[in-house]
Amino acid sequence: MLNNVIIFVLSAFLGTEVLSKVPQTLHTPLMSGANAISGITLVGAVVAAGMTGNEWASWIGFAAVVVASINVVGGFLVTDRMLQMFARKKRGTPSDVDASTVATPTNGAA
Amino acid sequence: MKTAIIDLAYLLSAVLFVFGLKRMQSPVTAQRGNQLASAGMFVAVIATLFLYEVLSWPMIIGGVIVGGGIGVVLARKVEMTSMPELVAIFNGFGGLASALVASAEIAQYTGGSAIELSAFDAVAAITIGLSVLIGTVTFSGSIVANGKLSGWISGNPISFPGLRVLMALLVLGSFGAIVYMALEAGGFPTEVEPVLYTVMALGAAAFFLGIVLVIPIGGADMPVVVALLNSYSGLAAAATGFVLDNTALIVSGTLVGAAGLILTVIMCDAMNRSLANVMLGGFGGDGGGASGVDVPEGKSVNETSPDDTAILMSYADKVVIVPGYGLAVAQAQHEVREMAQLLEDQGIEVKYAIHPVAGRMPGHMNVLLAEANVPYERLYEMDDINPEFSTTDVALVIGANDVVNPAAREDEDSPIYGMPILNVDEAETVVVIKRSLSPGYSGVPNNLFYNDNTKMLFSDAKEAVAGIVDEVKALKEA
Repeated sequence: MLNNVIIFVLSAFLGTEVLSKVPQTLHTPLMSGANAISGITLVGAVVAAGMTGNEWASWIGFAAVVVASINVVGGFLVTDRMLQMFARKKRGTPSDVDASTVATPTNGAA
Repeated sequence: MKTAIIDLAYLLSAVLFVFGLKRMQSPVTAQRGNQLASAGMFVAVIATLFLYEVLSWPMIIGGVIVGGGIGVVLARKVEMTSMPELVAIFNGFGGLASALVASAEIAQYTGGSAIELSAFDAVAAITIGLSVLIGTVTFSGSIVANGKLSGWISGNPISFPGLRVLMALLVLGSFGAIVYMALEAGGFPTEVEPVLYTVMALGAAAFFLGIVLVIPIGGADMPVVVALLNSYSGLAAAATGFVLDNTALIVSGTLVGAAGLILTVIMCDAMNRSLANVMLGGFGGDGGGASGVDVPEGKSVNETSPDDTAILMSYADKVVIVPGYGLAVAQAQHEVREMAQLLEDQGIEVKYAIHPVAGRMPGHMNVLLAEANVPYERLYEMDDINPEFSTTDVALVIGANDVVNPAAREDEDSPIYGMPILNVDEAETVVVIKRSLSPGYSGVPNNLFYNDNTKMLFSDAKEAVAGIVDEVKALKEA
């Protein structure tokens, strides 16, 4: 128990340290990605559904597996969909690159 | 040996989560980060499947296929404007899953299975109770948040006499139930009913608690609520980790809890509100009750047209676009991008000013603009762009309202007083594209509309911007 509390506290510090530097641009993907990670409960759900001692426990576990899977699979996929749009921007379509390189010097001259 | 391998697998997945989240610090590496995190999840689940004494395989595989299938469909189908609704509902499922796992644990004990009943001590009772409480509150709270965001529950704060009392009773009842479970834990092998019924009562109380916690909160505060529920879903997973004595769940759940909390604090700061103040609710509405174009007495409005706006911008050196949710709803992102492109081609500097609470969840506006291929280098956060408005020729406000309301700076009696805003009124000319003079999501009237240097373009955002685009093109050819 005490070990778990120690892990909890250290993780909280680690999380704060890593996540406070995420830029505003990525807050929505961060949230949906983090939410997908919270679906780690799936691990617990698998354990619960895998119990054989009690039928009730297995069925409740099954329900947990279903909802946790929605959270995990859906969460990671939708985050990927969002981030794809940001990544595409980096490589830049030709028109993007042209616009930024052309626009800036002209502007400076004006 | 087996336990050692499984613990190492969990450690690996935790490391992958941390690296994955770290890569969220830049748009360039973020997608890879998300893939790392999902790999971490894969490792954890596979290790559990193979190394735990998991016996009912068909059930688990079936559950993953059903749930995963639903997840795929939802993730593929969702519109970017509806992202907050989807994240809210996913949060809810995460919370529900945690509560169910804890309940399964109770069922396990009460079923008199192979598990040693003596393992159910006071500590186990408390962790299970907390997991059920947090998980269920997250679930029902998220359902209500989803309803408010998607409109099947009014975005107005809903309150009734005795709401606070009911809330307090539910909180007290929930903690009372947990304490009772802890006290009863000792006599468990012979007396299972008290604990079983108490867990059920706790679940019911937590369900209603989630509802009464979110229902009085107005639409304008939804970014905070979504962030907070995200934090709860992480804490629910962490609590379940305590129940199962599972390090993977504790570490990952806590990381998510921290993420949600950080975003909650950022959102509160962006609105100059305390968390307690948000939670007490009563602020904001759904912007309905369109008051039309009624101009209050003693004030006047300058109207403008897409043509005039196009001319104004074509002769500007610097244009700052302030996008709001109205832009997103009208799906005008693509037209806005085209307009910005045209202006840039003429050597005009175009920037986007993004308020932290623009949209319906933290950073929502950035996603909407990214969808329309707006390069993220052009997006500026509030603190970076505010000093620039005084040198801006045209500030084009599209469907944004509360985040540009000078009342937040000037009117001490205003409910939004003190909220940091985009200082568009410092620009030489402000053009506001909006359907009417109706107040925004917060329900506060906007004095900006009556300023001398403000021109109102009453129109749907998409039509107005498309009109501007046509006119800019025509001017260029002329």
